Amino acid sequence: MSNEHIVRSFDSELARLYGEIERMGALSVAQLEHAGAVLLARDDAAASALIAADVEIDALESAISQDVLRLLALRQPMARDLREVYSTLKIAADIERVGDLAANVAKRSKVLNQSRIIPAVAGLPALIELAAELVRESIKSYLTRDAELAKRIRERDAELDQLYTRLFREVLTYMAEDARMITACSHLLFIAKNIERIGDHATNIAESAWFVVHGEAFSEARTKRDGTTV
Amino acid sequence: MSTTINVNQAAPDSSAQIPAKIAARDLAFYYGDFKAVKDINLDVLDHRITALIGPSGCGKSTLLRIFNRIYSIYPGQRAEGQVLLDGENVLDKNYSLNRLRAKVGMVFQKPVPFPMSIYDNVSYGINHFEKLKRSEMDARVEQALRQGALWDEVKDKLKRSALGLSGGQQQRLCIARAVALKPEVLLFDEPTSALDPIATGRIEQLFAELKTQFTILIVTHNMQQAARCSDYTAFMYLGDLIEYGPTEKIFTKPSKQQTEDYITGRFG
Repeated sequence: MSNEHIVRSFDSELARLYGEIERMGALSVAQLEHAGAVLLARDDAAASALIAADVEIDALESAISQDVLRLLALRQPMARDLREVYSTLKIAADIERVGDLAANVAKRSKVLNQSRIIPAVAGLPALIELAAELVRESIKSYLTRDAELAKRIRERDAELDQLYTRLFREVLTYMAEDARMITACSHLLFIAKNIERIGDHATNIAESAWFVVHGEAFSEARTKRDGTTV
Repeated sequence: MSTTINVNQAAPDSSAQIPAKIAARDLAFYYGDFKAVKDINLDVLDHRITALIGPSGCGKSTLLRIFNRIYSIYPGQRAEGQVLLDGENVLDKNYSLNRLRAKVGMVFQKPVPFPMSIYDNVSYGINHFEKLKRSEMDARVEQALRQGALWDEVKDKLKRSALGLSGGQQQRLCIARAVALKPEVLLFDEPTSALDPIATGRIEQLFAELKTQFTILIVTHNMQQAARCSDYTAFMYLGDLIEYGPTEKIFTKPSKQQTEDYITGRFG
């Protein structure tokens, strides 16, 4: 298969789009990992800086939307090109949400800093590390058109759900034991939920990558291991 | 390569099998020694719009020319195999050319109105086949011009020369002229490539209206047009039928790499 279009400028426009996704993905993962560090360091100033930095991700999403609109209007992509351009728009929206959720983690960390340390916080780095890996790898599966990698990422969301469920139950115990911790623990639960949601966005990105390659959605239902509602 | 594609298997409305209006069977075509169409099997479905796409020289216009035997006026050109129109082989010498032309109308890339009045352009072909009273002919001409979406623009100047019409109007006149004979199949060879976008839009709208009465086959280089107008699309390359299926599938998820490369502009 020839990968280049006869009109070469089309290739450079697509490459620009993929570059923006790559940059946006790297920024969102960095924000997420940074949010974990900020949380553990109980650093209000760093949390504020992180929240402010989210505008960069938002700006990239806006740029991608503009580029996709221009591509659709001027190039009228077909078949795989159409799937790629369409998926880029969806993936940009998912990454933007990852950035928002990471910023929200930082915002809530400032509230946690007002109370004494909750031991369950120690469970967050593993959660964040896994979520960051899933986001990073899902974007990689899109950029490298690796449907098998996308499939593995989608399946691994269940691991994140399990970690989240464990943390959720642990925090509930703290809340039951000490009513004075309810406010802080509630924020901690939201933080954990945010990270679990980030895993869902990684799954969405992996599903988009699969769609780009195969032209159809996953046929199998995804395993969910979030046991907090049962 | 002999290609057989059962388009009904992939059809979006395959619950009711659509009958083939035209069925090409092991159809080959030669310009002298050059084999331009290579043993094609293709079902053109009844009351559907089928688009033929492919690079120049792939055989798509040739295929169209076989379907109404227009090639037979040129020496050294011959078709082999069968073209079954409602089950009858139109390539058979016993199949009357007059009968075929009455059943299969054709509209070309460049509108070629006869150098006569708008009215006479439409009535000319009808006179060839039927003897109608004046009032009956008036009604037929009006009906054809309405089907060609031209009536409202020309009803007050039917006696004026057709050569005074715009390019888009001339093409719609040619469509009216073709439908005036009450054919069953309409063949269009690049029908809008000489027209501006507004005139093209009118013709494309007309396709949708005409398909309720006719089976339509369009050769087009404009892939957006194929995507917009047709129900089924066939992709040809170097005389072979590479892929044939519902238009939506061809333009979003074609099965063959060659089709994908062509429609995404990666060919060659």
